[in-house]
Amino acid sequence: MVDPSEAKGEGSLRKAFGGVLGFFILLLIGTLAFSIRLFSVIKYESVIHEFDPYFNYRVTQFLTKNGIYDFWNWFDDRTWYPLGRVIGGTVYPGLTLTAGSIWWLLNNLNIPLSVETVCVFTAPIFSANAAWATYLLTKAPAHLFEVKGTGAGLTAAVLLAMVILFLLVFLLISDNQNVPSYISRSVAGSYDNEAVAIFALIFTFYLYIKSSDLKNYTQTLNTGSLFYATLNALSYFYMVCSWGGYTFIINLIPMHVLLCIVTGRYSSRLYIAYAPLVVFGTLLASLVPVVGFNAVMTSEHFASFLVFIIIHVVALVYYIKGILSPKMFKVAMTLIVTIGIAVCGAVLAILIALVASSPTKGWSGRSLSLLDPTYASKYIPIIASVSEHQPPTWPSYFMDINVLAFLVPAGIVACFLPLSDASSFVILYITTSVYFSGVMVRLMLVLAPAACIMSGIALSEAFDVFTRSIKFQLPKLFETPPSDVWQLIGDTNNGTQDELAKVDSKIPTEKSETTVKERPSKKNRKKEKEILEKGKEIKEKGKENVEKVSDKRQNAKKLLVLPLEASAVAILLLIILGAFYVVHCVWAAAEAYSAPSIVLTSHSHDGLHVFDDFREAYAWLKHNTDVDDKVASWWDYGYQTTAMANRTVIVDNNTWNNTHIATVGTAMSSPEKPAWEIFNSLDVKYVLVVFGGFVGYPSDDINKFLWMVRIGGGVFPHIREPDYLRDGQYRIDAQATPTMLNCLMYKLSYYRFVETDGKGFDRVRRTEIGKKHFKLTHFEEVFTTHHWMVRIYKLKPPKNMTRGKSKKKINPKTRTKISYQKNRNKNPWQ
Amino acid sequence: MLMFRELEFKMAKSSTSDAQALFRSLRSAYAATPTNLKIIDLYVVYAITTAVIQVVYMGIVGSFPFNSFLAGVLSCLGTAVLAVCLRIQVNKENKEFKDLPPERAFADFVLCNLVLHLVVMNFLG
Repeated sequence: MVDPSEAKGEGSLRKAFGGVLGFFILLLIGTLAFSIRLFSVIKYESVIHEFDPYFNYRVTQFLTKNGIYDFWNWFDDRTWYPLGRVIGGTVYPGLTLTAGSIWWLLNNLNIPLSVETVCVFTAPIFSANAAWATYLLTKAPAHLFEVKGTGAGLTAAVLLAMVILFLLVFLLISDNQNVPSYISRSVAGSYDNEAVAIFALIFTFYLYIKSSDLKNYTQTLNTGSLFYATLNALSYFYMVCSWGGYTFIINLIPMHVLLCIVTGRYSSRLYIAYAPLVVFGTLLASLVPVVGFNAVMTSEHFASFLVFIIIHVVALVYYIKGILSPKMFKVAMTLIVTIGIAVCGAVLAILIALVASSPTKGWSGRSLSLLDPTYASKYIPIIASVSEHQPPTWPSYFMDINVLAFLVPAGIVACFLPLSDASSFVILYITTSVYFSGVMVRLMLVLAPAACIMSGIALSEAFDVFTRSIKFQLPKLFETPPSDVWQLIGDTNNGTQDELAKVDSKIPTEKSETTVKERPSKKNRKKEKEILEKGKEIKEKGKENVEKVSDKRQNAKKLLVLPLEASAVAILLLIILGAFYVVHCVWAAAEAYSAPSIVLTSHSHDGLHVFDDFREAYAWLKHNTDVDDKVASWWDYGYQTTAMANRTVIVDNNTWNNTHIATVGTAMSSPEKPAWEIFNSLDVKYVLVVFGGFVGYPSDDINKFLWMVRIGGGVFPHIREPDYLRDGQYRIDAQATPTMLNCLMYKLSYYRFVETDGKGFDRVRRTEIGKKHFKLTHFEEVFTTHHWMVRIYKLKPPKNMTRGKSKKKINPKTRTKISYQKNRNKNPWQ
Repeated sequence: MLMFRELEFKMAKSSTSDAQALFRSLRSAYAATPTNLKIIDLYVVYAITTAVIQVVYMGIVGSFPFNSFLAGVLSCLGTAVLAVCLRIQVNKENKEFKDLPPERAFADFVLCNLVLHLVVMNFLG
């Protein structure tokens, strides 16, 4: 018999050891998360990537230079000329404020990091935070953290089991920081909203579950759930500050509450978790200028209000049920139902009238395009044109979440047994995120944490079973007397009794079952029966010691045990699986997702070529033009131009004004003279085009040309798409339409291109160009980068009116009149 | 219990007497709640009435500084919700919260109200 105090001492020692081990593992996970994202810094340099991060970087620069009040009230006149942009009111300030405060803190500690360094490394830091938040979030549904096995005896086996258990669970939670889809948006240098937002998302979910889940694992004090509810609201505020995807939270949580109510799991904890969140959340969301009154007026938030009302009704019903007798309660119900339906009908009618009056039924364009995937392509070509908004292909799922793709269903099943509030929430989270990730590839990012949580749960359950099997059978291997074995099992089961909460799959046994429940593995039934037989066999051996406690016997029967060899092999295989996953993630991070789009490399037989054309062009602009010169380009390059070249642009990536973008698109699709006139009316001095035909860079402006035509044609009807198509395709070779060969984009891209190789072979389109020798009449080329990737043109000033030029032998009396008339009819620009 | 029986006897088929009986039983059941809960309920009623008054005022005068209106209404609603949460946690009949000392519940209530009013003051404009 084990001395109980001794067992307790050992148990607490193990608990302590487990705690320390857990802490160090978490630390390791954080370091791993940080370092896996540093490939881009190692392979290229510490530079900001892509397009959107440049805007955030510029805003952060402004914030650090001018302070928060100026930032909050900033009106930017260097973009969207001549409209300008209210930065304070249209930017999600979370990311910039976070990076700004980190910079400020470090500088006050006399660590002089530049703003750029802080910006580049913000994302990896927050990915480490996100990994820790995921660990916290997974604890609840997975019912972890109870130290298993306080029995005496085989310390080695127990330790091994615990170590493996903890290690694997934590490591699998650490999947989160490894998942390629999350890595892609949070590498060092990708200074975008999602870097911070995903951390906020997971942390908000964690606090929500914590505030609604009363089971406190430390069992010392039921922490006031109201405290966590407030923290939850504050974390939601941080999320609203960071990303437009906050609507996901404010719709998912009400959905979960509704699910709990409908499945009869309403409890007062749910009320405490949800109701303050709605009030606080709405208030805090209205504080952020970007959201403002949208927090109460757009349909995206209506779900939360609706469920707010519903939960109050339900709470009232439960309260009345509690204080009335059943018969009176029935009377009350009939009364309430009649009145309630009338009131509901009235409210619904008002709501529908309000909502139907707005053309989009109160939803914003982006949300609509999420709900109806075909909406954007029909009505909002700008949203449809962004490559991130396309639906993902099927292989991209495997590329992005790899092994987790088939661990997720296992995790979902594991969550059902037992089903608690927390696990139902995680199930809802993953189903909705799978749907949304199927609509937009950019939202694979939201799927990543959910997939990691699910697979973490699945793998931890699997390892639980395997290690327990090994632990159970190891003493048999070493031929210890059965009594010790039973002690082990008994103590193990007593230890695990605390965590047993819910009903499980009913295992048919011969003896009558007690109410003691356990959490067996959730494999197929056949295996369970098999295991039961084995359990019974072993039981036969140690029968004399069994009569002591009937509980233990019942538990032992239900203890599912797999054969030793099978469990060992299974553990090995799972570890190998994990290894494959890690290898894939590291490869994906290094090769696929670490490229800063601003610098391109290519490997050829004579070594590594680096294409730094973008920065070359922006630097040229910065040094060779006046500060107030306006630059026109397609909207992709707006942020980079303002941030690096420091020149005013016409349109940029914010794409808030469709007409303005359409104006630029029309100019690019028109012949030279109308284009010149459009640009001149906008005070443009320089036009910038990106051309990839010389080196084979596929994302150049000619490939984006179809969107220029479509967007321009959407606003200005004289641009007709069929004019540019030959057999339904955009072509630039000899078969192209004359409109295409005369448009500004063609001319600016291929001006003097024939001088490179004599034939004008476009490496991207893989044909020779149609019109090879032509002159520009209204533009002059001022700069072309080394690899012809960026070409800058200047608008020619209008020619002086030449009155004396077209002299003819006319009657002197009528000369001035006629020549004056002639000049008036003549075009002053030619 | 006996009182309820009598009520049931007196209940006629018409719904008005049903309603009357309902009200009576509700009132008698409610009278049994302890005083501290009744105080909290009074506070909730006060907060909700204030919110209703504000909405009526907005209906009359118009919603021009909309942020002020929103801040006012949401502060009333917020403090009402928090009071209801306090009531839930302090209620002795609630078995889920029997380990929670009422002082802790009240402290939470005060803290959350503090945060709420901080945010409201910021939003009031």
